[in-house]
Amino acid sequence: MLRPPALALKGISKSFGPITANADISISLQTGEVIALLGENGAGKTTLMNILFGHYMPDAGSVEIEGKPLTLGKPRNAIAMGVGMVHQHFSLAPNLTVLENIMTGTEPLFSLRSKTDAARAKLTELAERFGLLVDPDAFVSDLSVGEQQRVEILKALFNDCRILILDEPTAVLTQPEAEQLFRLLRVMATEGLSIIFISHKLHEVMNGADRVVVLKAGRLVAERQTSETDKAELAELMVGHQVKRPTRGKTVPGPVVMKAVDVTLMQDGHKRLANVNFELHENEVLSIIGVSGNGQAQLAQVLSGLAKPSSGTIEVLGHLSTALTPAELTELGVARIPEDRNTEGAIGALSLWQNAILQRISDPRFSKRGIIRGKAAETYTQEILDNFDVRGGTPQTEARLLSGGNLQKLILGRNLSENPRILIAAQPARGLDEGAIAEVHRRLLEARGAGAGILLISEELEETMLLADRVQAIVNGRLSPPVATDKLDSRQLGFMMAGEWGALEHAI
Amino acid sequence: MRFERREHPVAAITIGAPVLAVTVSLLLAGGLIALAGAPVLAAYASIFTSAFGSKLALTETLTRAIPLMFTGLAAAVAFRAKVWNIGAEGQLYMGALAVAATGLWITAPPVVTIPVLIMVGALAGMVLLIIPVFMRVRFGVDEVVTTLLLNFIVLLFVSLAIEGFLRDPLAFGWPQSVPIPDEGRLPKLVDRSRLHLGLVIAVGFAVMVYLIQRFTVFGLQSRAAGESPTGAAFAGVPITRTLLGVACLSGGLAGVAGAVEAMGVKGFVSTDLSPGFGYSGIVVAMLANLNPIGVIFAALFVAAVFVGADGMSRSMEVPTFIADVTVSLALLTMLIALFFAAYRVRW
Repeated sequence: MLRPPALALKGISKSFGPITANADISISLQTGEVIALLGENGAGKTTLMNILFGHYMPDAGSVEIEGKPLTLGKPRNAIAMGVGMVHQHFSLAPNLTVLENIMTGTEPLFSLRSKTDAARAKLTELAERFGLLVDPDAFVSDLSVGEQQRVEILKALFNDCRILILDEPTAVLTQPEAEQLFRLLRVMATEGLSIIFISHKLHEVMNGADRVVVLKAGRLVAERQTSETDKAELAELMVGHQVKRPTRGKTVPGPVVMKAVDVTLMQDGHKRLANVNFELHENEVLSIIGVSGNGQAQLAQVLSGLAKPSSGTIEVLGHLSTALTPAELTELGVARIPEDRNTEGAIGALSLWQNAILQRISDPRFSKRGIIRGKAAETYTQEILDNFDVRGGTPQTEARLLSGGNLQKLILGRNLSENPRILIAAQPARGLDEGAIAEVHRRLLEARGAGAGILLISEELEETMLLADRVQAIVNGRLSPPVATDKLDSRQLGFMMAGEWGALEHAI
Repeated sequence: MRFERREHPVAAITIGAPVLAVTVSLLLAGGLIALAGAPVLAAYASIFTSAFGSKLALTETLTRAIPLMFTGLAAAVAFRAKVWNIGAEGQLYMGALAVAATGLWITAPPVVTIPVLIMVGALAGMVLLIIPVFMRVRFGVDEVVTTLLLNFIVLLFVSLAIEGFLRDPLAFGWPQSVPIPDEGRLPKLVDRSRLHLGLVIAVGFAVMVYLIQRFTVFGLQSRAAGESPTGAAFAGVPITRTLLGVACLSGGLAGVAGAVEAMGVKGFVSTDLSPGFGYSGIVVAMLANLNPIGVIFAALFVAAVFVGADGMSRSMEVPTFIADVTVSLALLTMLIALFFAAYRVRW
């Protein structure tokens, strides 16, 4: 007799009001198989997995686990049948230890004794079997993001899960951590687990999965064995047309527009930036690249006028920038794209027109003697929406209703439509899908062509190699000397990000 | 069961929910009236006639609504910027006391005296709120605690003043302040009633606050600073200045509440000037969903419940606590209604 698949989704449909999130999707997962659920933002990947795990009720369809039907709508049922889910945003209590976090929810609330010893033994056994090394007594707040993810996986395994779902597991990881994760998933699959992970990154799908299921606009458009496909085909399936990546043409860098000299920043008793020096020219992209948490966020803060350096100077277009507020920087022609578009770049409860003009509210175009010129602001916003292809809203729409990609286009638009002299772009393509990334990159190169000096703060090798004329690595708050990207390959750049720039030959 | 945020608020629900909330709260209060042994329908009729049934009833309700409009506006502007001003009661008394003190010095015709006294009241309220808000933006001191506790300090200070340096020597030993001069008394709107010009001033202020929030740079910046301090700071909104501006507006409105109440109704300051108008203002603001125009109607509703329940308790021998309970129920049902106006339920 044929063994039933570990998991079978049959004809799942789900719509939210007029929006169809999933339309008649059927997927089966074999024991020991790793499949990737690939699709752009909003393609319905997360909705599908939330239905499987019981967070949403589907409008139609059923789920079978090892041939037995799963009663949908309650996560508890899914857990009992051996489904474990690792969410994109972790659900761990930072003030508890690893062991305590893992045991939470596994014991009855009113029992007086806690079976800590048995749990510890089980945890140690699991950790060894799968190579998931973490200290059971460490507090979660002391763990790195990668380690916290391991705890989440262990938590699922502790509940005897046989099917593991990971929602965008690499969104918060650095490159080495991500590679380690996929090695781990491979080990777990050989141990008999069946795994589904959600992703919109092609290279990790190719490396990490046996089979790819491509979703587009709520429909299953293709299934491929990774051995029988390539990135180009997947990109085309996912977006529906070929993604044209922009290319960087030659430009002649102009005079220096921004210059940092020995900038040091102390925060909470830690040296976040140490003697940072760089020069940014007109007509060029300078990338500051590094693994997350090495001072990029602080550098962006200092350059955006949100934090004052403890020592050192930053000169912007002949002004001392430490004396300038964000509003004055904006007026001077310094455009800023923040790392986090939801907490810094936009205010969700305000409308698009309010978000579009807030940083230029004192501009006589938008206000006169303290009174806002609403009509002008709306016209201005509508132009941004048209020119930058922002979809899903009118100037009156609340910003929280836009998808990440569209919100980022609005932020880009309100900066680039003013022809800035300097653009500080902190991870401008973070969390966007392939189509939106290409669009953002194209716009940045356009601004460079128009004469802007762009300081790109990046964590992505590919992005830096594509966009930057020169690159400086940031490690522990220190910057390497600048190197022309033409004279580098990804491997050398990787070494720079690891802090090895002693023998740089191409420093310029 | 799940709650999903409505992408597009349904107009019928947004308007219908508060109406439904008020109705439900009155029905629930009906249960309590029945429990107190009074005929429910007659009690309702009594509430209605006591609040609206005669010229006297109507003017009393309107008079009662005036300070609630000011304190409601004070809470609404503060809460919209996420400044948790629980100190309107203290700011109200400070405003009234400042008016009484200034009245000693000023000799001018009413056209000058009235605006000056109102501004003095506003100023006193402002100062009282600027202190805790400054302590919050500068040192991170929670303004809920400081504004709340300042209420008690202010009330004791008022007692000190009206039994000491501001005592009325002609009051036969009653603890009340020197009277406000006649030039500073607000003219009556209706003969042989207590209804005074304050009603017009209050409605005018509500419209002014609405215009400020809707059309000015300050209005947008204060909303931005309240919704997302990090987002506002990134966009270059001067957070400290904006929040201090909100403190001025909110404290000023609460101060005017006290000034107008002293100038319009009593003519002097005593420690029973306000039966908790400052705290009821919070309820008014919440019932109005922080909308300044809505504050006018919410204040009328709360005033009508209080005046009506007073009348009912006299004629039906039901405790006046019914009024407090009804207003509290209205607030609870309103908060629930607002939730359902913003979220839809799914199974």
